[in-house]
Amino acid sequence: MLALLILVTGLVYPLAVTAIGRVAFPHQAGGSLIRVDGQVVGSELIGQAFDDPRYFWGRPSATTPLPYNAAASAGSNLGPSNDALTLAVQTRVDALHAANASVGVDNSAPVPVDLVTASGSGLDPHISPAAAEWQVARVARARNLSEGQVRSLVAQNTQDRQLGFLGEPRVNVLELNMALDALQ
Amino acid sequence: MTVNGILQIAIYLIVLLLLVKPLGGYMARVYQGERTALGRALGPIERLTYRLIGVNPEQEMGWKTYAVAVLVFSVFGMLFLYALQRLQGILPLNPEGLGDVSADSALNTAISFVSNTNWQGYGGETTMSYLTQMLGMTVQNFASAAAGMAILIAFIRGLVRHSTSTVGNFWVDLTRSVLYILLPLALVVAVMLVGLGVVQSFSPYQTATLVQPTVDATGNQVTEQTLAIGPAASQIAIKQLGTNGGGFFNTNSAHPFENPTPLTNFLEMLSILLIPAALCYTFGKMVNDTRQGWALLAAMLIMLVVFGVAAYAAEGAGNPRLTALGIDQAATNLLPGGNMEGKELRFGIPNSALWATITTAASNGSVNSMHDSFTPLGGLVPLVMMQFGEVVFGGVGSGLYGMLAFVIVAVFVAGLMVGRTPEYLGKKIESYEIKMAALLILIMPVTVLGLTALAVVTGPGKASVFNPGPHGFSEVLYGFTSMGNNNGSAFTGLGANTPFYNLFGALAMLIARFWLIVPTLALAGSLVRKKRVPTTAGTLPTHTPLFIGWLIVIVLIVGALNFLPALALGPIVEHLGL
Repeated sequence: MLALLILVTGLVYPLAVTAIGRVAFPHQAGGSLIRVDGQVVGSELIGQAFDDPRYFWGRPSATTPLPYNAAASAGSNLGPSNDALTLAVQTRVDALHAANASVGVDNSAPVPVDLVTASGSGLDPHISPAAAEWQVARVARARNLSEGQVRSLVAQNTQDRQLGFLGEPRVNVLELNMALDALQ
Repeated sequence: MTVNGILQIAIYLIVLLLLVKPLGGYMARVYQGERTALGRALGPIERLTYRLIGVNPEQEMGWKTYAVAVLVFSVFGMLFLYALQRLQGILPLNPEGLGDVSADSALNTAISFVSNTNWQGYGGETTMSYLTQMLGMTVQNFASAAAGMAILIAFIRGLVRHSTSTVGNFWVDLTRSVLYILLPLALVVAVMLVGLGVVQSFSPYQTATLVQPTVDATGNQVTEQTLAIGPAASQIAIKQLGTNGGGFFNTNSAHPFENPTPLTNFLEMLSILLIPAALCYTFGKMVNDTRQGWALLAAMLIMLVVFGVAAYAAEGAGNPRLTALGIDQAATNLLPGGNMEGKELRFGIPNSALWATITTAASNGSVNSMHDSFTPLGGLVPLVMMQFGEVVFGGVGSGLYGMLAFVIVAVFVAGLMVGRTPEYLGKKIESYEIKMAALLILIMPVTVLGLTALAVVTGPGKASVFNPGPHGFSEVLYGFTSMGNNNGSAFTGLGANTPFYNLFGALAMLIARFWLIVPTLALAGSLVRKKRVPTTAGTLPTHTPLFIGWLIVIVLIVGALNFLPALALGPIVEHLGL
């Protein structure tokens, strides 16, 4: 009985799903990869680390040894009462303000929570529209673009709730940054 | 809480409830051997299966034979999964060249998957080869779920039949569960998930060139990102449908390749409760009184909604310590707000809190956010859902037979109050039944609290704790609550891949699964021998709102009495100090 189950559910079933996936949804089954000139530069679904003022920054990532290590997903697991969490958040707030200052921008608005808290997977590709708006002035100044130009790119890379009610409105950081690079 | 958040929860529940009757009715026909649409197509395969394994489907089993068949089947599954992990280094389909799994970790994982717990001491993408994930994890996701469903059906036969001694044939119930229910559903869900973006590939991990190169801790330039992929969708579909919960990747359904969009999230959440909810209707059909099934479903649903909304409120309120730093945690249409540490942006607060509640209500244990980073009260909800004994939906099969044990106790306590002999569905509840039901309810807290106590007074137990203070105690309590209830979710800060947690956790999972299966089947064996007593004016009806409320009270009181002191030392004291 066990041998039969192994054969049917362990081999036939995953191979059948793979075959259907390869024929019907080759892009999704292969990881929704983004290619530029044939070279893989990332996945639509997986974030990358950005800490240059010229780019939009994504969610903080707790993967090791590097942030956004897509070969070993991880969350921070810091509890709400852990002083290390408060310290990490304060450090991220300071880094965001320092990046603003480095291009001569002063943004005194409160920092949106998703920009200073680590995601569950450490690979979250999205930030909230509020987190993108918080960074518009900095990116515009660093790239000598108008805030309007940057804002329209943000809008183009913003997805609404799925089917109008599911999930959260979100901005894909990697695609937004690639669009910024393509502009210049 | 936002209107949209409440709407998402409401729509989820409505869609779930709409599917209960069609699927539940279908499953009842499957188990009763009646004609079904799939039966015509798959009937030859079913009959071929019996010929190959040498089973006569007409031959019925007594409860002891049935229990032995379950145990033998599980032991062989365990041995195979252990060997597979220990040998994966020399086996094919291992493009990343991952080495053999350590002995204690392999033992823990083998027991974990065979017992339908799917506790993961390991990180999927850094530990398990494609072959191990397929032949090991995926197979046991089917097998352990089907075994749970088979035992439930045997138990229901104990209630339905009278004056006989047999409760069905395990091999037949197992085969039908896989062939007619789990496999077709998994195939449909898996293909939908692939279409929506979940990976399904045998290629090696992909390499991407970073848009912004970076520098690692030792000052080396890093220009590439390795993207772990694999045959994930086929495993994820059954991990949710079979209330298994073991993820393909380390961060489970928080990983964008495992759960890429709000829609996949909806589909995966639906898959978690689909079969446990529909089995309530199957139960009603099989006992010829669907009101009995709806009553159990109502009791489960009420508890789920109350605790789910509580978790949503707690997480939505955010972390007061971050408010003090001037962080914007207010939910708007442009910002999810709330406590976002350990959560994915695309899901936001309502989907993370709802998932945490349903994954622990059902003994699923997959996660789409990191429970360790929940607020104290938000983290209390999943903890309590498990501590009810995984009866609020619970595991496929196992949840409902757990709830039926509570029904027996509820009927008994009510009978004592009015001075009548307790009955359930025409069967007299006597001292043997109460002893078995009491065993079913009490083994769990003894295991959970005993092992938690052991862990917090020994060096190796304390060494794995990650967060300081009461939250650290919550991590240990959560770990043994999860393993002691075959759930599998975790406060993952707890470094559980050590010999101490691997071995004692394996013990907890074995007890939770198999020490409960035996009394359950013994109960079935005792009930099936009884004569049916006619319903009279003195019979306590078990489908009324009054009884639903009574059942909830019994579950709450037993759960609260067992665990309130421990909860006070963990999440409650943490909340008061925040």
